Formats: sequence, structure tokens, C-alpha cells
Amino acid sequence: MGDWKTVTVPVLSSDSKNIFQYTSEKKISPPNMNSQVLRLPLPSSKSMHSFFSAFCTEENIEQSISYLNRELTTLGFPSIYAESKGKELNLISIINCMNELLVLQHKNLRAQEEVEMQHLKLGSDMDHLQNCYAKLKEQLELSKREIVGLQERDRQLQSKNRNLHQLLKNEKDEVQKLQNIISSRATQYNHDMKRKEREYNKLKERLHQLVMNKKDKKIAMEVLNYVGRADGKRGAWRTDKTEARNEEQMYKVLLNDYEQRQKQLLLENAELKKVLQQMKKEIISLLPPQKQKPKERSEDGPVLSDLEEDIGELNKENMWELSCETVREQLTNSIRKQWRMLKNHVEKLDNQVSRVHSGTLNDKDVISREDHELETEKLELEIQQCKEMIKTQQQLLQQQLMSPCDDDTTLLLQDCYLLEERERLQEEWRLFQEQKKNFEKERRSFTEAAIRLGLERKAFEEDRGAWLKQQFLSMSTDYKQSENVTTPSAFIGTSDQDNRVVNSMSQQKKPHCMLSGPISAESCQTSQYISHNSFNAALKKPAGDSKPNQWEESDKEETE
Amino acid sequence: MDFSELFKLSGLLGRFSPDGKCLASCVQYRLIIRDVNTLQILQLYTCLDQIQYIEWSSDSLFILCAMYKRGIVQVWSLEQPDWHCKIDEGSAGLVASCWSPDGRHILNTTEFHLRITVWSLCTKSVSYIKYPKACQQGIAFTKDGRYMAVAERRDCKDFVSLFVCSNWQLLRHFDTETQDLFGIEWAPNGCVLAVWDTCLEYKILLYSLDGRLLSTYQAYEWSLGIKSIAWSPSSQFLAIGSYDEKVRILNHVTWKKITEFEHPATVTNTKTIVYKEVEKSPSVETERFSFPPTRALASSVFSTQSKYDISQVPVSFQYIKPVADRANPKMGIGMLAFSPDNCFLATKNDNIPNAVWIWDIQKLKLFVVLEQLCAIQSFQWDPRQPRLAVCTGNSKVYLWSPAGCVSVQVPTEGDFQIVSLCWHPSGDSMALLSKDNFCVFFMATAKDGTKWQVRFS
Repeated sequence: MGDWKTVTVPVLSSDSKNIFQYTSEKKISPPNMNSQVLRLPLPSSKSMHSFFSAFCTEENIEQSISYLNRELTTLGFPSIYAESKGKELNLISIINCMNELLVLQHKNLRAQEEVEMQHLKLGSDMDHLQNCYAKLKEQLELSKREIVGLQERDRQLQSKNRNLHQLLKNEKDEVQKLQNIISSRATQYNHDMKRKEREYNKLKERLHQLVMNKKDKKIAMEVLNYVGRADGKRGAWRTDKTEARNEEQMYKVLLNDYEQRQKQLLLENAELKKVLQQMKKEIISLLPPQKQKPKERSEDGPVLSDLEEDIGELNKENMWELSCETVREQLTNSIRKQWRMLKNHVEKLDNQVSRVHSGTLNDKDVISREDHELETEKLELEIQQCKEMIKTQQQLLQQQLMSPCDDDTTLLLQDCYLLEERERLQEEWRLFQEQKKNFEKERRSFTEAAIRLGLERKAFEEDRGAWLKQQFLSMSTDYKQSENVTTPSAFIGTSDQDNRVVNSMSQQKKPHCMLSGPISAESCQTSQYISHNSFNAALKKPAGDSKPNQWEESDKEETE
Repeated sequence: MDFSELFKLSGLLGRFSPDGKCLASCVQYRLIIRDVNTLQILQLYTCLDQIQYIEWSSDSLFILCAMYKRGIVQVWSLEQPDWHCKIDEGSAGLVASCWSPDGRHILNTTEFHLRITVWSLCTKSVSYIKYPKACQQGIAFTKDGRYMAVAERRDCKDFVSLFVCSNWQLLRHFDTETQDLFGIEWAPNGCVLAVWDTCLEYKILLYSLDGRLLSTYQAYEWSLGIKSIAWSPSSQFLAIGSYDEKVRILNHVTWKKITEFEHPATVTNTKTIVYKEVEKSPSVETERFSFPPTRALASSVFSTQSKYDISQVPVSFQYIKPVADRANPKMGIGMLAFSPDNCFLATKNDNIPNAVWIWDIQKLKLFVVLEQLCAIQSFQWDPRQPRLAVCTGNSKVYLWSPAGCVSVQVPTEGDFQIVSLCWHPSGDSMALLSKDNFCVFFMATAKDGTKWQVRFS
């Protein structure tokens, strides 16, 4: 930066003092001349004049020129002399040099500005960093102090803790000591008490003797008359027998009590066992089928089957007879195992549910839950219905059994009912058979009638034909005989057709007749089927497709 | 609901007969027998001295009056008023007297507990039991009256003798492992005898009828021990109240503790109902004043009505710490009683003298606490149903049943401080006893046949 020299701007006067000042300064630091010159505020023209005249006066023109030339050449500028030796100045070169110098000065000014800017920036940065540093230092100090404080507190607490432990130990020791003191004092007191009691007993004995010896007439009971015993019996002598009886009585009382208690306990036990077994069954039913885990299955499979066998055995035999240890243990162990499996299962389900809740709620899952709810509702409804049905059935059953009679009569009654039903059924069967026979008869009669009818018809047709022939012959004797050939055939054809029609008609008639006849549904159906078959047979249509149509048609016919 | 008038009484001697027909009361040396329903005097007997103790015989035909100072026991008959019987112990003195279960023998304990004399009213025989123990409950009869247990002490050791009451034969005689036996009590089924030690040692022993030791229970050492015990009516449970303010329940199968009930000064369980007695100032209408004042008015002016409020849990009770240097301190569980249906247990912690604690035995939890204004004097269960009557030394009797709680003011003219009460065997009425008077409280069905309902007053 260079040494700053605060050069006071002289009062605007053109004193020679100033000149001396400046010239002296010039001597002291010639290299700084330029900067000095730059930094000084632009003086007024007067002062400038004075200033500039300070360097170069009329006396030292030559010297100053030569000095300038030297400086410029050292700076790299061309010489301002026209020739190297001459004293004539090259104006152009002077102007160029001046221009160059101006340009240089501008550049320098700019550079200086930049440098100053940077300088300012760096200064502010440094200030900032200094502040930060100061703050951090403070913080560090604070935390150091805190640590020290905390350490101190920790030390204090630890010492306190140790003290308390010590106190506790002391207290415990004291308690132990006191207890020992108490026990020793207690034994001492007991001993003293015993001693005093013995003395007291001796006194009592003495007193008792004295009292008894006194033969006090007063110790007596005056009673008007003796009262009978409460239970009316007479007093008995005390003998060994009575003693034995007393013992017996006492033991009876005790045994009674124990027996009662044992009965109660047995009942309780049986109930609890029943409950346990029920629970076990329910747990087994709750558990999912052991398909997915073949490993578990292999483990528990044989065990389960064994247990189930045992369960079966237990159920078969009387439970209160099997109160031996092994059976009890088996039961409890199996229940524990089942319970554990159920617990695992429930936990798995819980996890699944929680996963569903926490994870992405797929629509599928939502729907499945809704479905599940719907299903549960449906199932509940079903259950209700079933329950109601069961209730009504129970009521009916109760009503049936309401009649107060003993088992035999109920059995008889039941048998009676069964017999009744059987007889009823037999009757119906008989009826049915009769009807069947009737139907057969009718059918046969109808067929016969139909056949007869057919025959008669045939006969009638033949007669008719014969009669017509006769007529025609009689009428057409004068007609030509050429047509006779065809007509019989035509007639035969028609008669044949008629016959076929008649047959079909007769066949058709059958189902209709059958329809009007039957009573019971079964026979109706069978006859229908029979008629269907006969109908098909009569029509003889081999095509498979047409058959269903026929069925439908016949159905339609029947429905009509 | 009806109250009888006040009758004179002395010595808190008011007893109903076991058959429930008569009520016996004593005034100084007179014994008055009244009919229970009408309270008319049926009989009046005069004894030789101030009566200290009366007891009905089990068949309600006789009543004994004991006069300890003179050492005389007089027995009166209800069937034959002319019949008389006097038992004079003379210089032997008399400390206690009681009937045998058959109602024909009287057991007198002589002074200094020298012996127990068994006087028979049927025969001329007299039996003696030597070395009886000088303790509170030294004689215990089984409920069916067949056996009697007597606590004895010989050579500084405790023994128990079992006698057959029908012929007074000794059945069993065994020693007990107690330091200083304090009491014995039979279980209601008559098969187990509970024997417990002095309060310096917490120990209770259970003996079978044939003298075998079934079990010993000791909760802790050194501190003051058992204060009171109670058997449940079914003999299933044995409740032991101790000086540490806890009740421990033993079960009859294993004789081990199944639970302990604490009686803290603050109740915090939200399922507990706390009934607090509060005073309600009576409203006296000035126009109704008449001279002389009617009894109802007098009672309403001179005594404050009270009712029960349900306090919100947590509730703190007044806790009293007794002075440490006195013997038999007022702390611990002093009163224990099971309800007749075995569902409830009523206890009183002497440290909290104003409260009655009612425990539900089915759930083994605290059910109700009754907080009174004065200290509890006594409580008793109705012999037929779970209804508890409490008296606190004022002229009110408090009744609790699972349906609710009610405070009943006895309409009296003067002071009537109920100190004790006694139920009629049928549970329809009870006698309320104070130092000088007694009255009978009828709770029987009203005239229109409706059963008396418990109402909040």
C-alpha cells in the first residue's frame, strides 16, 4: 500500500513556503511522488499552478526535462527528445507519453478501486470471522464451565449415593441388632414370666386347698326340684363303653365332614374336567386345519391322534373313575398345548390384521373385509333362525312329552304312534295298489274299447265304402269305368289315411284319458311317462332333436 | 318401622330369648321378662344382688343371673315362675358363668380361675375342671352343642381339653404350641378348633376334632399380632384381624392365606362406595311450636338429622395414631363379623374409629365403607340376611344392606346414647341398648303387608 502520509492540503496560497514543503517532500520520497500526486485532491488551478510550478521552475527546465526523459525511458516510453542527444523536444512523443501516462493512470486508478473494494470486503469478512470466533470462544467457555459443573454435581450425587447406601446398611444392621435384642429380651421375659407363673400356680394351689378344706357349707346348690334332662333321657354312668362310644361318635362326625367335603370336591373336579374337555374340543375346532405346516403336523400329528384316542377313551369311560395322575397330567398338558397353538394362531391373525391396517389398503382387502362382515351378518341371521327353529322344536317336543306318565307308557305311546303311522302307510299303500289296479283295468278297458271302436269304425268304413261303391256302381253304370281303378285306390288311400288318423287319434286319446283318471300324483306321473313313451312309439320319430320338442309339446298339452 | 318407648336398663343386659318370644332385661337386681311383640312384662324376678350377667338357656326355658360380687348364680324358669335355683360359690368366688348347650348345666369359673365347676340341674352331680386358662375365650362349645373345648394351663404350658357335653367325659387332651393362649373358637361345622396366641406373638393353630394339629399360621414376627378372629358361617374361611391394620383370610382346604385386606387411611379404588354421614339441619317451623313440645318436635330440635352422602373416591379418613407407651393400644382390627349368608365381612380398624369397612367375600374386594360422624361403638349382622346395624353412641341406628344405607333417628325425649345393639333371632326387630335405657326397634312388615324398604333419608 505504501506509506500513507497525510499531507495536509495547504491553504490556497502561492507562498514559497509551500514550494519548500513540497520540494522537501519530493526529496524524501521520490518514488512515491506519483501516488502522492494522485491522492491529493484536485487543487484549484491556482494551487495546481503553484504545485506544478514547484517541480519545474524557470531555472531547472532542462534538468526537469532530462529527469522526465530519464524516468520515461526507464518506464519504457520513448524518449521525449527529438534526437538522442539534442535538446529539442519531440512534441509528438511527449504527447504520446502523456497519453500513455494518462491511460496508465486510468488503469491504475481502476486497479486501485478494485483493490480497495477487495480490501473492504476482506475487512468485513475478517470482522465477521472475528465475531464468530469470539462467540464460539464464549460458547466453548460456557460449555466447559457447564461440564465442570455437571461433573461436580455427578460427583456430589455419587457421594450422596454412597452415603445413602452406607446409611441403609447401617440401618439394616441396626434393625438386625434390635431384632436380636428383642428376641433376647423376649426370652428373658418369657423366663421371668414362667418363674412368676410357677409362683402364682403354687399360690393358687395353696388357695385351692384352703378353699376346699374349709368345707364351706355355702358352696352348694339350692334347687327347688331337679329338672328333667333336655332330651328326656336319664343320665348314664361313665364307663369304658361310653368312652368308646364317644370316640366313635367323634370320629363319625369328623368322617362325615370329610366325606361331605370330598363329595363337594369330586363334583367340582368332575365339572372342571368337563369344562376343560369342552374347552379342548372348542380350541381344536377353532384352530385351522393343520395342512399348511406339515412340520408341525408331523410333530403334533401322532401326538394329537394319540390324545384324541385318549379323549375318546375318556369320554367313553366314567370320568370320576379316572382320577389317576397320568390321565390328569395328559389332559392338562394337552390343553396347554392346544392353548399355545391357539395363541400362536391368534397372534398370527393379529399380525395379519395389523399389516393390513398399516400397509397399503388395497381395495381388494377392503372389499374382502366388507364381504366378511356381510357374511358374518348372514351367518348370524342363520344362527338366529336355527335357534328359533330349535326353540320351536323343543317346545313341540316338550309338548309331546308333557303328558305325565312314566317311561313304560311313553314307550308304549311311542310305539303306538309308530304303529299308527305304519298302519296308515299300509292303508295308503293298499289304496295306491287298488288304484293302480283300477287304472290298469280302466286302461285295458279303454284300449279294448278303442280297439273295438277301431274295428267298428273299420267295419263301418267298409260298409260305407261298400255302400258308396254300390251307389257309385249303380249310379255310374252309364259312366266310364276308367275312373273306377283310381277311386278304390283313392278310397283305400283315404281309408288307410283315415285308419292311420284314427289310430293316431286313438293313440292321442290315450294320454288324455289317462289325464282325467288318476288321483295320486305318483301314479299320474308314471302314467304320463308311460303315455309319453307310447306316444313316441306310436309316432315313431327317430330324430333325437324332435324328442325334446315332443316332450315339451306333451307337457304343454298336459298343462292345458 | 316402629320404636318402642324407652325402658330402664342396667349393665347393658338386654337379651332376646333363643326362640325369639321373650326379651330379658335387668334393672339393678331385678330381672324383667317381656313379650317381644307387645313388650308387656311377662315375669318379674328379684335377685339377691346387682346382676352382672344374664344368659338364656338354649331351649329358652331358663335364664341364669350371675352376681359376681356375691358369688351367686340364680336360675329362673319361665314355665314355672315359682321354681328357683341358687348356686352359691361361697369363698371360691365367681368370675364367669355360662350355660352348657343342653341347657341343663351351668359352668361357673371361680375366682383366680382356680377351677370350673359344672353344676347340673338334672342330677346331683358336680364336675370340676382344673387349671382352666385365665383368658378371654377359654371355653368354647361347638355349634351343635356336642363338644366343649376348654383351654388349660399347667406347668407354664397351654393345653386344650375336649369334653363330650352329654356326659362330660374327657375326649381329648393335647398341648398347644402357644406361648400364652389367648382364645379358642370352634368352626361352625364343629370339626376344627382355632387356637390363637397372645398379641405379643402372631400365631394361630388349627386343630381337628380328634386333637391333631392341622396347620399353623404365622404372618409375621415381633410386632403385635392377632386382635380378633371370625369364622365364616360355612366354615370356609377364617378371618384374622391383627394389630397391623390388616385382615388375613385363610381357606379351609389348605389353611393358607388367600388374601389380605388392608385398611388404609385413604381409599382410592373407584369401585368402592363410600357412604358418608352428614348432618342436615332440621327445618323448624316457628308456628308449629307448641307447649309442652311434642316428642317428635323435641327430637327434631334437640337432635340433628343426618343422612348419607356418597363421597367421591379418593376419600381420606380420620386416622388416629395411638400413644406408643400404653398397653393394648387402640389400633388394628378390633371387630370382625361375617354376614350370615357368607357374602360379606364387616371390619373396624381401631386406627380409623369412625369407619366400618364392608368387604365382598365373593370377589374378595372392598365393597363399601361407612364413614360416621362419631366413633363406632358396635355393629351386628342381621341373623337372617345381609343387613348390618351400626351404632355410634348417639341416638341413631344405622342400617346397611346391599341395596343402600339409611340412618334412623330414634324418636326419644331425652338423651339416648346407643352403645350396643342386639338383633332378634328372626331379624325383624332389634334391641338398642344404652347405659341406662333400652328400646326395641321393630322393622317388621307394615300393616299393609309391604316389606319395609331401605330408603335414603
